[in-house]
Parts: sequence; C-alpha cells; structure tokens
Amino acid sequence: MKRLSLIVLSGIAVVALAACSHNPPPVTTPQQPNADSVAAAERARQDSIDRAAAEARAREEAERQRQQRIADSLAAMGKTGEAVRTMLATLIHFDYDKANIRPEDASILDQKVAILQANPNLRIRISGHCDERGSDEYNLALGNRRATAAKQYLVSHGIEAQRIETVSYGEERPLAQGHDEAAWAQNRRDEFEIIGGGDALKQP
Amino acid sequence: MQTGRRRDGWTVRGAHLAALLLTVYPSTRLFAQDTSAVDRGVRIGIIYRPGVRPGLVVLPGAAAALDSVRAIVARDLDLSDRFELITLPGGDSIRMSAAPPSAGTSRAPTGGRGGAAAGLNYQLYQALGADFAVGLALAGDTTVLAVHDVAAGSVRREFRSRLPPLKDPGFRMAVHRLADHILEATLGVGGIAATRILFVLDGKAYVIDEDGADKQLVSSSDHQAMSPAWAPDGRRFSYMEFWAGHGQLFVQPVGPGKRQPVATTGQALDFTPAFSPDGKTLAFSRATEEGTDIYAVNIKDNCCLQRLTVGRFSDNLSPTYSPEGQRIAFVSTRPGLPQIYVMAADGTDQQLFAPFDYGVTGSSNAPDWSPDGQSVAFHRDVGGTLQVFVLDVRTRAVRQLTSLGRNEDPTWAPDSRHLAFVSDRSGYRQLWIIDLETGRIRPLLQQSGARLPAWSPRLPETASSTP
Repeated sequence: MKRLSLIVLSGIAVVALAACSHNPPPVTTPQQPNADSVAAAERARQDSIDRAAAEARAREEAERQRQQRIADSLAAMGKTGEAVRTMLATLIHFDYDKANIRPEDASILDQKVAILQANPNLRIRISGHCDERGSDEYNLALGNRRATAAKQYLVSHGIEAQRIETVSYGEERPLAQGHDEAAWAQNRRDEFEIIGGGDALKQP
Repeated sequence: MQTGRRRDGWTVRGAHLAALLLTVYPSTRLFAQDTSAVDRGVRIGIIYRPGVRPGLVVLPGAAAALDSVRAIVARDLDLSDRFELITLPGGDSIRMSAAPPSAGTSRAPTGGRGGAAAGLNYQLYQALGADFAVGLALAGDTTVLAVHDVAAGSVRREFRSRLPPLKDPGFRMAVHRLADHILEATLGVGGIAATRILFVLDGKAYVIDEDGADKQLVSSSDHQAMSPAWAPDGRRFSYMEFWAGHGQLFVQPVGPGKRQPVATTGQALDFTPAFSPDGKTLAFSRATEEGTDIYAVNIKDNCCLQRLTVGRFSDNLSPTYSPEGQRIAFVSTRPGLPQIYVMAADGTDQQLFAPFDYGVTGSSNAPDWSPDGQSVAFHRDVGGTLQVFVLDVRTRAVRQLTSLGRNEDPTWAPDSRHLAFVSDRSGYRQLWIIDLETGRIRPLLQQSGARLPAWSPRLPETASSTP
C-alpha cells in the first residue's frame, strides 16, 4: 500500500514539473512615466512615511499605556496590601473578666481567617490585654486566655497553629488612659501584629 | 480615725495632770504582765490581750546625740501598735522633778534591778500609766538601752550596742533593731521595726523600711519588674521581668550582687514567684497556650521543674506557701471566676480554701499565707471594687477587712498582725499598712502608683549593714 502511493505521488510530481517547463516566463512591460504617476508615487511614498510615523506613535502610546497599567496595578496592589493590613490589625474586644469571643467579633476573626488563607506565608502574633479593674497578676493569666481564645478560633477555621504566636500583657499596656467604662471597654482587647510574610499581601 | 481618737485622748491626759492620769491609769494597764523577778530567757505570765495595751514611756535623756535614735525608737514602738505611748507633759520638767534617769540607766548593771535605787521615779511613771519605761544613754561609743518594768520597779533588760554613725546606711536598721529588742523584752514577742517592704513603682522594684523611710531602687535592669517576693533569709528576693509579653524570673540579692535567672523561665510568661519556707524551691505561675498553671523549680540547684497543677480549662496561679512548707494556697478559675484554693506542696489534694457563694461572690485573688500559719489574706471583688479579706485557716471563716476605696494585694508582716496593701482611699493608689488588732491604718508611702508590695521576714543583722 505504502509503496503504491509513493509511486502515484512521484508520478503526479513529474507531470507537474513538465507542465511548468512548458509555460513561458512572464514579461514585464515598462510603463511610460508621466507627471501624474510621479506625483502619485511621491504621494504614496509620503503616505507610507506618515503611516510609519503614526504606527511608531501608536506603538509608543501603547507602550506608555502599558507602563501606566503596570504602575496602576502596582499602586493598586499596594493599596490592597494596606487594606489587608488594616483589616488584619482590627482589634477584638471582650466583656469584663471574660475571654470568650463575642458574636459581633467573630466576623472580624473570619476576615483574618480569609487573609491568612490568601497569604500562606503570613505569620501573626496575638496579644491579649485587660482593663485596670482586675487584679494585676490575675490579668496576666486573663490576657493569656484572651489571646489563646482568638488563636483557637483561627485554628478551628483551618489556620495552621504554628503561624500564630500568643502573648499576654495583662493590664500593663492600656490603649485608653481613662478610668471609666469607655476606657476599660477599649482596653479589654486582642491586638494582631504581623511577624512574618507581610510583604505584598493579597486580598482574600 | 482610730489614730486621731487615741491622740486626742493623750492630749487630754497631757493637759490635765497627775490627778486625772491616776483615774485613767487602770484602764490602760496591762493585766497579765510579767510581775515575776527579772528572768531573762524564760518569760512567765506574759499574755498579750488584744485591746489592752500596756503603757510605755520613752524617757527623755541628757545625751543630745541620741535624739534621732530616741525619735526613731519611739516611732517604731508606736507603729508596732502594741503600746499606749505616753508622752510626758512638759517633757524635761518631769525629769527634773524626778531624779535624772540617765544616771540610773548608765549605772544599772546588765539585767540588774535597782532601777529605783538608781533614781528612776517608778511611782511617778506608774501614775502616768506606764507599765514600761525605755531609757537610752551613751557609755563612751556604746548605746545603752534600758527597759524598765515600772510596776516591778526595776530594769528588766539592758542592751548595749555600738550603733553605726548617723550617716551610715545601716544606721536606721540598727536603731529599728533596738525597737524590736524592746518588744522582745517587754512582751516577749518579735517586732517588725527591722523589716522592709518590696514594691513596684513605674515598672521598677523598690525596697522601703517598714516606717516609710529609706526608699531604695533595687531593680537592676530597664525591663518592667513585677511581683517581687522575699526569700526566707531576707537577703534575696525573686521577681518577674516582663518584656514583649514574656516573663522571666530572677533571684537577686537585696544588697550588692548579681542577679541570677531562674532556670527554665523566660520562654513563656512566668510570673508570681514564691519561695518555699526552706528557700530551696520557687513556685510560680506559667501562662502558655494551654492556660496558666503552677510550677515549682529547685532554686538551690536551678533544676528540676515540676508541674503542680494541670488546669486545661481553668487557670491556676499566685502560689503562696504555708509557713511549714507543706501546703500551697493559690488562685484557681475552676469555679468560673478566680477563687482561693489550697493543695499539698506536691500538687496533690487540691480543694477549695476560702468559701464563696456561687454566682454571688466576686473574683478572689492575690493570696498571702500569714507567717504564723493561721490566716490567708487575699482580695475579693465586692461591688466592682476590690477589698482585702482574711481567711481563718482553721475555721475557714472569711472576714472583710477594708471597705473604703479599692484595696488590694495584701502582704503579711512577720508578726502576722500587720498587713501592707495597695489602696486608693486617699484618691490615688499607694501603699498602706493596717493593724488587724487595733484597726489602725497608716500610709506607708505617699507616692502614686506604688503596687504589688511584699513584706520581708525579720531581717538578719548583715542584711542591714550592707547598703
């Protein structure tokens, strides 16, 4: 079969060659130059130059726009990083002498879960804080509970435990200096701090 | 308030003279007092009755060099809350009408009688309500302290000591020791004049004499210090250094010398150190992601960490040893809120110590076991503020000690009847001292922000002579 087809193909090729050799070479008849045609040629030449220049301009413009797009997207990325950072640093608060996560704070922690999932190299430290009303020394234990409560929430939502450190400051680092419920409520808090993988944060 | 009332009483007595004093005299007299002949070493019949305080007079003396000694001793005796201090109306005029006491004290043989023979007018001092009289005199460079038993009409004890010069850093402590000798000689009890109190102010550890004098910085680093605790020898203390959310424990001499980090501490948050009474073990709280639990480490060999509590879902912290070292009182959140628990020193037999009403009683914290073993002081949340309470170890009865302002972090004096604590009763948080027998309360330090006090044991001689 294979051999047969080869023979057939080569036969066709021979026929084709014979046909070519039969045709006379095409003769180009020189045209008579006239003023119109010269002007037309000149116009054509000029057009092509203009076209080339326009094309170059367009290319430049395209390149400029491309650069701009890159710059814009970089800025956008930076802005995203800032937004993510802010979201990550959002405090959560606690009731007096309590270390359980309040329902209204769960959504804040959910955001952090998403951020940690979108940025697998990100590592954070959670610090627990208390108001001045409790006992100085007991507050170290309570702040510890508050930090680990947030960590447990994040871990239970799929974040690797080794990406999160916890510390307690007790009542030693108040955010608000007042001695009323408003200040105390602000001071009963968890703070979230980036300790690694915080460059070029991605939006979840 | 109590102080004011008593002072008023003495003003009245000072204004009227002997006639009135004679009628007042029986009420202030010590009923059960040592009426036997002077018998050093064995004291018979001395039973202190709360509320009945013997009268004591510090005799004026000729030696002006001893004026500051006399003033410090008189103040120490007052702060002991064990005497009705009798101020002599007219001062020297009494001495003039009596024979000069300086002659009597300087001639009195050690422990000898014959005070009356030496010229002290015992009848007069007895009429003024004095059960005891204290004379100070100089014999060369030796200070002679004579403790007179006014009723017996004799010198009960005499102490000779060479006091350091006034400018010497050990001067005040040497004088405080004289005051404690007087308590020993008159009532047969140990005093608290030669003691000091550690505390924290603006993140630094300080030590101050029990009479509020001689405040000294003892922190040796810029990191925040918390929870100072005395070693039973009175020469060293432990404290927690707090930085970046971590807590490391150190043991440091009160005098000069280098601090030592406590083995295994500093990786996590280690806090509230407490020495065992033999000084070999340091119990402390450690906060990890598992919660807070009590550990003990061999401080002598700096080894052998032992875990005493396993909280899991509760925190256990703030250990304090009983004086014989067999038990540890501590705080546990196992009932929900922190309350006072007790366990054997090896961590077994954990049980509730200070009873509370579930859902009613507030958080209880900061226990301190008294040196006599009979009481545990702590603070408890009452209506949103803290008050000092005392637990009777035997009956488990709890009584509230304070009610004015916020009062917290009590620490026992070695006499087990005084407590230092933090209170904002004057408008800002500062250190106060309360006497549980008389209820008298006095500020220790007029400085805002002082907290976490720890009262020393009775201090050894050498601790005071080193600055």
